[in-house]
Amino acid sequence: MSATGKRLVGVAICAVVVCVLIGLYIGLYLTTSPGDASAAGVTGSNGTNLYLATVAASELSDPHPSWVSYYAVDAKDQNWHHATTFELPANSLVHVTIYQFDGQSGLRNPFIAQATGIIGGTFGLNGKPTVAIGPDTASHIFAIPQMGVSVPLYGVPDDAKNPCDNAPCPLSTDHETITFTFRTPGKGLYRWQCFVPCAAGSIQGFGGPMQTVGYMDGFIKVV
Amino acid sequence: MNEVNHFRRVALIWLVSSVILTPIVVLAAQGIPPGDGTVQAAGQTTDNGVLLGLSTPVALAVVVFFIYSLIVFRERDAAAVLDGPPVRGHAGVQLWWIVTTTTIVLFLAGYGTVRMLTDGAGGGQGPNPIAKPTSSAAALPVQVIAQQWKFTFRFPTYGGVETNHLEIPANRLIAFHVTSLDVIHSFWAYQLGVKADANPGVDNIAYVQTKNPLTFNIHCAELCGVWHGYMFDTGAVVSGPQFASWIAQQRARFAPATKLLPPYAKQYFPDPQHRGG
Amino acid sequence: MPSSTSQTPNTEVDELVAVSTPQRPIWQRLIGFNLVTAVVLAIVGWLIGYWIGGRIHAPSLDFFADNGQNDISILLGYLLGVIGFMIGMGFANYPIRRMLGHPPTLAEHESEGEGLARYFRLCTDHKVVGLQYVVGIGFFFFIGGLNAMFIRTELLNPNNHAFGPNQYLTLVGLHGTMMMGMMTSVILGPFANWLVPLMIGCRRMAFPRIEAFTFWLLMAAGIVLLTTLFFGGFQTGWTGYQPLGGQGTAGYDAYIGFFALVGLSMCLLGLNLLVTIITMRAPGMTWSRLPIFVWSVLATATLMLLASPMLLAALLMGAFDRAVQTGFYVPGIGGSAYLWQNLFWVFGHPEVYIVALPGFGIVLELLPVFTRKPLWGYRLAVAGMLGVTLLSFFVWQHHLFVSGINADLRPFYMLSTELISLPTGFIFLCAMGTIWRGRIRFTVPMLFCLAWVFNFLIGGISGVFLSDVPSDVTTHGSFFSMAHFHYTIMGGLVFTLFAAIYYWGPKMTGFKFNERLAKIHFWSLFIAFNSTFGPLFALGLMGMPRRVVTYPTNLQALNDWVSVSAYVIGLSMLVFLVNLVWSQLFVREPAEANPWNSKSAEWQLPTPVPVHDFDRIPVFDGDPYPYGVPQVTAPVVAPAGGTA
Repeated sequence: MSATGKRLVGVAICAVVVCVLIGLYIGLYLTTSPGDASAAGVTGSNGTNLYLATVAASELSDPHPSWVSYYAVDAKDQNWHHATTFELPANSLVHVTIYQFDGQSGLRNPFIAQATGIIGGTFGLNGKPTVAIGPDTASHIFAIPQMGVSVPLYGVPDDAKNPCDNAPCPLSTDHETITFTFRTPGKGLYRWQCFVPCAAGSIQGFGGPMQTVGYMDGFIKVV
Repeated sequence: MNEVNHFRRVALIWLVSSVILTPIVVLAAQGIPPGDGTVQAAGQTTDNGVLLGLSTPVALAVVVFFIYSLIVFRERDAAAVLDGPPVRGHAGVQLWWIVTTTTIVLFLAGYGTVRMLTDGAGGGQGPNPIAKPTSSAAALPVQVIAQQWKFTFRFPTYGGVETNHLEIPANRLIAFHVTSLDVIHSFWAYQLGVKADANPGVDNIAYVQTKNPLTFNIHCAELCGVWHGYMFDTGAVVSGPQFASWIAQQRARFAPATKLLPPYAKQYFPDPQHRGG
Repeated sequence: MPSSTSQTPNTEVDELVAVSTPQRPIWQRLIGFNLVTAVVLAIVGWLIGYWIGGRIHAPSLDFFADNGQNDISILLGYLLGVIGFMIGMGFANYPIRRMLGHPPTLAEHESEGEGLARYFRLCTDHKVVGLQYVVGIGFFFFIGGLNAMFIRTELLNPNNHAFGPNQYLTLVGLHGTMMMGMMTSVILGPFANWLVPLMIGCRRMAFPRIEAFTFWLLMAAGIVLLTTLFFGGFQTGWTGYQPLGGQGTAGYDAYIGFFALVGLSMCLLGLNLLVTIITMRAPGMTWSRLPIFVWSVLATATLMLLASPMLLAALLMGAFDRAVQTGFYVPGIGGSAYLWQNLFWVFGHPEVYIVALPGFGIVLELLPVFTRKPLWGYRLAVAGMLGVTLLSFFVWQHHLFVSGINADLRPFYMLSTELISLPTGFIFLCAMGTIWRGRIRFTVPMLFCLAWVFNFLIGGISGVFLSDVPSDVTTHGSFFSMAHFHYTIMGGLVFTLFAAIYYWGPKMTGFKFNERLAKIHFWSLFIAFNSTFGPLFALGLMGMPRRVVTYPTNLQALNDWVSVSAYVIGLSMLVFLVNLVWSQLFVREPAEANPWNSKSAEWQLPTPVPVHDFDRIPVFDGDPYPYGVPQVTAPVVAPAGGTA
């Protein structure tokens, strides 16, 4: 092969290698969190129902099996999915039920222990209407700052007999049930987050799952 | 063409373009954000106008000089490689340049300092501000607590109530005490002309003198983690009576939360040894 | 690239090598201390380091290890991996040989290996190191640029996100970190290493092994940074602010590793250049005859040497905070949130002058050639560069104007920052004086230098706005400051980088560039660059903060315009790449010895420059820019070897 031919082949190989590397770069990157799975709320007669669960650790097959996470029921198949993007209809009432399986941590800012942005200002904690919980008993918060919604999720006490360690968590294990209703605004993309630093320490506690969409953060698509 | 002729031409072109452009630029600058919704914002707009007014002639000097030179002194014969005159410098020109630029720079530094000391310019000055408006003793203290990833606001003179949104009274001097509970954020109230970093463990004070009612955007201006881009809110400057009724309503509504809060302090240190969960 | 057969054997070394060795099979040629061995030993080192980290146990450390984030393992893995890499490259050989009693020697590295192979091993020929740097940094430059394309894609729409917020922040951080880490060395590494010995009349740098070391260290650093993706990326941006960096995923350890290695590389590069320029100038090369480019290298090297250790200190504390839960930067347990900001910017501000100064040197070096006039105001230009160097250590708190620093400090830092525009202005005056009444030729390098003037003017003036506290209150942390530093860094450094590539490139490689493609590259880059970063000033003034994924919808039109312009920048870079590959690998038209008719010392040598540079050390006599005196064609007196 002539010198030019050799160089042409060399350049072509380099270009292909570079494109493959770029493709890997992008691909590996975009797959480091559980996919864009979204859960649509289950539409009922008096509004949409959204069923969520918070667990102490996601399932063992997850990319991060030791991380706390939210799970949601998908309207399409009525099954629990590891999803944090929720699709809800605009300008409607959404009834949320959260099964809370995780233990108690503490809030950085006790102000967030009071619920805001929900209909009636109270949420049901195991059936009891509640306005605020003790700041040290919070396990998680479900908050949509752009809608002003923020609801504290009471944690399973430390002396519980039958806690759930890893998802999937059956309802037979110890859990708290929180229910509330809020009204969605117009169409758009909103984000939600948790406010309880659940790992070690006030600063470090906001790392890991707290900063990763797919675990303790997500989006709400109002359509 | 001798040198004096060229230089006079450049100077003339510069003079004419400066005289025409500078007023246009300065006038246009009055519409530049952040506007004049508050005394501090108006001060910034004026300051920007002065800066623009000075930098336009300076920039024009360089641009006019270069464009003129590139056109007039270009090598017209593509093949020729002839040398230009061996001029290595001119002490007079260098001295004149040094003196002029130094004067401009010193003036700008002085003007900026005066502007800053007059009303604080809306910037965070730390726990011991020196640019205090004379009536700072009567300022309404509003604590801005930044946390990942929202701002909350605490009113020490109203029972230490904490709220999710910010409303402040018109025609009033406000002292923002900006602090953070975790990492570094920055409280940027755009139309108010206020920006103060929220450092954990620090009480960063920024003054603003409100005028008429307006709505303003609040953005976090320091990267604070994954939702930094979504850490925004809308605040409002409202009339005095409206503010009074709003704060009373917030106190009633957040009474349960106020009971759970620690006493008002200039900085907070949430327990770093909080149990994991 | 120069091949060994075109050199005239002139020293014992060349004679030894000129005896052609029979081609050994390729697998046999791969054995030895080269890149392949280095990569293998790097992987081995990583595994050992990671394993050792896993053996270290303590309750809080185990907690983080369980969360999939064993920072000790990762940091130790990087450390031992880089050590393995450098051992595999052969850098331990000489110290070990000396410790075993062998005499000092150098020549064995300069020319061993056939043409291309020299570039993949430890080679102490400063010209080889210069070319290695160009390709190596160029590779990471394009990766950083690709990240920028991704960033602008994300910002096309405030509600439809191309990437998740974590990924986006990592992209932003990678772009900035890659660029600031790599591009600080992009003039000094390639061009200073290649040119300074030739410009001052010596055959090699003061520390040739360290010279090669800084290059390979930088390459190792780049690979370390790219591995951040495997650990979840980092969410702090290139400034790595603590305490944010202390929380979050382990990708931040890659950031720490990268900047620590870059800091070390920069420190040693600066040291090498400084010592070379001070001690190894040829007879007659007095300080007042030093080419202005060498002065800018001297100034930059000083900054590199003095500023990098601050970064290393800050990073070390950050590594401890992450790995073993110390509290240097955590206020609740005795640390300070200000500490990182201050340490970082004490490094960070000289860092941006490290990026700007070589550009000054290149522009002032090239203008005399393309206006055929001596540099106007030589002493003023030197004073300007040294003034910038000195003042750059006294301005860093302007990054902290609204952070709540002691309010008494702000007038001082406002003054010092405004003052630094004065020596910068001297550079402009010297450029203006040089082109006045010159005979200007619009070659591609000249076009890039003129673009520098325009870009840096805008960048510099916007800097005056940012240095003014009242103005800074609105513009700090917004897209205005982004536009400012892109105008000065990209409009300054990158444009002068291309000027240097098109100007000195043919001398370094021996082959011409295609002129038409080069002009297309220039015009598309210049127009697209201004179209991209000009509107960012407006976006910042309209309230858009930095590093955000969403923005008010009324800003979308402007953001889309900027994104499309950014894609055009990407395309213009592709034009450059095509030109590079086409003209250097395929067409290969030999370059003349002095295509620009420069009277500077390095152009009096033949193309390609022989391994030993000069047959005899030249003796300098007279001004480095003897234009306007037709009988003087070069500043050197004694023959410098080869024919012009």
